Amino acid sequence: MSRKTLYELQAENVRKTYLFIVTFSLILFAIGYFFVWYFNWGLTGIVLLAIFIVLYNWIAYEQSDKIALASVGAIPAHPEEYYVLHNIVEEVALAAGIPKPNVYIMEESQPNAFATGKDPKHASVCVTTGLLQMMNREELQGVIAHEISHIRNRDILLMTVVAVVAGLIILLRDVMLRSMWWGMGESRRRDKNDNGAIILLIIGLIFSIIAPLIVLIIRSAISRQREYLADATGAYIVRDPYGLASALEKIGSYTRPMRVTSDATAHLFISNPFGRAEKLFATHPPIEERIKRLKSLTM
Amino acid sequence: MIWIILGIVAVIVLWFIMTYNSFINLKNRVENAWAQIDVQLKRRYDLIPNLVNTVKGYAAHEKEIFENLGELRAKAMGAQSVKEVGDTNNQITQALKTIFAVAENYPELKANENFLKLQEELTNTENKIAFARQFYNDIVMQYNAAQQRIPASIVANMMRLTPKEYYPVDEGERGPINVQF
Repeated sequence: MSRKTLYELQAENVRKTYLFIVTFSLILFAIGYFFVWYFNWGLTGIVLLAIFIVLYNWIAYEQSDKIALASVGAIPAHPEEYYVLHNIVEEVALAAGIPKPNVYIMEESQPNAFATGKDPKHASVCVTTGLLQMMNREELQGVIAHEISHIRNRDILLMTVVAVVAGLIILLRDVMLRSMWWGMGESRRRDKNDNGAIILLIIGLIFSIIAPLIVLIIRSAISRQREYLADATGAYIVRDPYGLASALEKIGSYTRPMRVTSDATAHLFISNPFGRAEKLFATHPPIEERIKRLKSLTM
Repeated sequence: MIWIILGIVAVIVLWFIMTYNSFINLKNRVENAWAQIDVQLKRRYDLIPNLVNTVKGYAAHEKEIFENLGELRAKAMGAQSVKEVGDTNNQITQALKTIFAVAENYPELKANENFLKLQEELTNTENKIAFARQFYNDIVMQYNAAQQRIPASIVANMMRLTPKEYYPVDEGERGPINVQF
């Protein structure tokens, strides 16, 4: 593996985010254009479509963190009740040289955590109540350091934008599948030509097959290497790899999946929210390997 | 010809201004980093009497530990140079560790809400001191190295800059971690 400096890595992540947004906009425009053509909406349709895409991208870029937090049901951590957590986040942010991120809590017994936001000035970390119960101070510090290095490496913008966009892809697929059912039942009554209905059917079918694939490919593109990197930088920030290693051991021994989870947000978390099932397109490297690498960091 | 000479002079003047300003920036950053440490040290000095009072009630016969900590606190607060401040505070770190280790033997103390809160606050402060120290030393290194580099060293000499002192690292502490990406 070639060595990259932190700044190269940050620039690369920002570049990837823009590339992703552009690619996705093109795909969205192609799909939308098909609808405009099929329903004969004309110029108005195209203008509306363009407005929608611009608006959606703006939302994905500016508001993705709030959407991601809301979609997992995270609430702000009360500073009095969770003062230890607030203290730890403040310390690690100080060590990393970034402003203190917002702190969120998720009612969930699986120990897990994630970070989100478009840049270090607008970032949040979120931990589950299960994590807080299970970890001692050093372990919690390790986990927070992992999340804060995602913030510092600018991984989170790309990861969060992907989460929001993946949510839309999945939604679109469902809408298409549903409209296909309606289309088949009502095509005769609506007096539309059957050719159109068949085209819609075919596109819908293709989309329902490729949509999850797109999500999978994107998620794998957010490489597993990134998790190793965040582990290593996290350990470096707090000058202690053992806290995170021991936290990962505890996380790894918890096998029940998360209550609220979806394909769209899975890759945000520090460990796979679906539990330990090994998958072809796994979003996370195996925990044993991560622990091994952490412990082999030369001191 | 005259334009070439003027051009060269302009470049030199510009270079001088930029180097001068970068030194001013670095100097301010060092001072700012030190202020960060200072804030945490003050917080620690404020917390120590509270800790002593809380622990005293439960572990009265560990008197010498408290006295030692009190003396160290007074010494640290009067310290002038970076090295002095660092060394005395590193001793305080050790003394606090001893107190928390002793507290393990007193179950009632360990269950005391006030003590737990103090312990958390002190741990928080300890960590912040350690991290602020990392930061301070990194910037001091940048500042000192910038002064030694040619040709910026000429400007540094004219500004009569002197290398800043490092915050001393505690004996027996972990060294830096070597990260391989």
